[in-house]
Amino acid sequence: MSFVLQGISVRHASAERSDLVPALKEVSLAMAQGEQVALIGPSGAGKTTLLHTLACAYRAVSGEISVFGVAPWALSPAGRHALRARLFLAPQTPPLPPRQRVVTAVLAGRLPHWSFWQAISSLIRPNDPDAAYEALAKFNLQDKLYTRVDRLSGGERQRCGMARLLVSKTDALLVDEPLSALDPTLALQTLAVLQQHASQRNATLVCSLHQVELALSHFPRIIGLREGRVVFDAPRTEVTQTMIDQLYRNARTEDQSDRVAAPVEVRIAPLC
Amino acid sequence: MLLFTTSAHHPDPAWRGRVTTTLVALLLLWPMLIASEFKPWTLLDVQSLEATWHFLSGFFPPAHSREFLLLMLDATWQTIAIATAGLTLALLGAVPLTLLATESLSVSLLESGRMRFSSAVIRQVARWLLVLLRSVPELVWALLLVRLVGLGPTAGVLAIALTYSGMLGKVYAEILESSESHTTESLLKNGSGRLAALFYGALPESASELVSYTTFRWECAIRGSVVMGFVGAGGIGQRMDESMKMLSGNEVSTMLIIFVLLVASADLVSTFLRNRLG
Repeated sequence: MSFVLQGISVRHASAERSDLVPALKEVSLAMAQGEQVALIGPSGAGKTTLLHTLACAYRAVSGEISVFGVAPWALSPAGRHALRARLFLAPQTPPLPPRQRVVTAVLAGRLPHWSFWQAISSLIRPNDPDAAYEALAKFNLQDKLYTRVDRLSGGERQRCGMARLLVSKTDALLVDEPLSALDPTLALQTLAVLQQHASQRNATLVCSLHQVELALSHFPRIIGLREGRVVFDAPRTEVTQTMIDQLYRNARTEDQSDRVAAPVEVRIAPLC
Repeated sequence: MLLFTTSAHHPDPAWRGRVTTTLVALLLLWPMLIASEFKPWTLLDVQSLEATWHFLSGFFPPAHSREFLLLMLDATWQTIAIATAGLTLALLGAVPLTLLATESLSVSLLESGRMRFSSAVIRQVARWLLVLLRSVPELVWALLLVRLVGLGPTAGVLAIALTYSGMLGKVYAEILESSESHTTESLLKNGSGRLAALFYGALPESASELVSYTTFRWECAIRGSVVMGFVGAGGIGQRMDESMKMLSGNEVSTMLIIFVLLVASADLVSTFLRNRLG
């Protein structure tokens, strides 16, 4: 089993955000190794929180979680951090520094498996540019290998973030809204690459999606989240239109999951 | 009180706070003006105007004999060398302290919103060390060091290294903390080490601020080494001290022109580097 959650509740550390982003309430689910699961639900349902909880980034206030058969929060901090190296969390906003070159940004997916000196030497001269090239080629971005990230469009950045996922050597892929900046054709292609890659590596793929149709047509298992609770967890053949309508009824119009962390430009005035 | 009355239906809740803060700040400033004997009108006194005129009229023409210019070239070179060597040594101290003091690189903070006790202690000790290093002005370090290592540039280099490692470390940590933490955080969440996350996340995010602050500090170090020259730490400052005591205004004016050129060129270097980083 990749993930086993029993009665997991998560509360956000910052109190003023707790009313905005509902925490998870009593979530129980299990995912086998190599399974492909789509998370759907209205904005603010807790999809991102669930992905972060699976990634051992958030600690649950109650309940039991086990990842690859171990309880992460019973481990030492170092042991837990080593466990994180087996999980890949791809946030919705691709975490790519604008001034970095694409090759470096993609190869950063290998960082957890590199020693510090390998990491430094790869900054000076990329360790494995061919791996980055191949990963980018899957998304038709191979000619951007040595371009700087700030020369890429939003959709290109998102796919560049996915290329980072491809070079990482992890056993579970936790992907938050990988298609939000892509047009329908690219979205289909990207999703296909992701799923193919996950099944080749027998990695568990958990993917939160806004596009319900895509989730239903591509993922064998669908989890519906609403207000921090699992509303349904079923094979896609058993998901009916009524269940979907129930899930999204009276959904808040304001798209909260699109609240992208705006880059905070703080310039420090030189002190003399 | 027009400031506190509200006629609008949707009054700005921050308005009262802003007005109060401004009034309190003004109230606090007043005794400071008195304590610092702030009397700018004494500058326009007939007596002080005359003294100023007398001193300034000696500035023209600036000294430009070949011998003097060669001497200046040597002293300027020494000043630049003191500033550069001092700053390089300061970096050796500042970089490790920055890594210890930067909060955004804490894995434990990421997990629970709270730092582990041991890392909080280390962080605090690093911060205190930075405060200690920069709270003693470089001039005071120079006065102490001139006694220890004797007159000459060594005292200036060490003084700059000590004070500036404190300043650089503090501001580097602040720049790194205020930079966009999303990239660093997501690297940490994926299991990267702290240092790797710094080099792949925070550093490219804030490279241009770090470079621009470092070159600005280099400029400050040039000025600092001039001031320390007055207490015998070598360079152009020591020459200026001599010329001031001899009341040769023309030599002083040449040196001031050299300062302006030095600072302007430091500015050029900074602009060039920042353009390269984009």
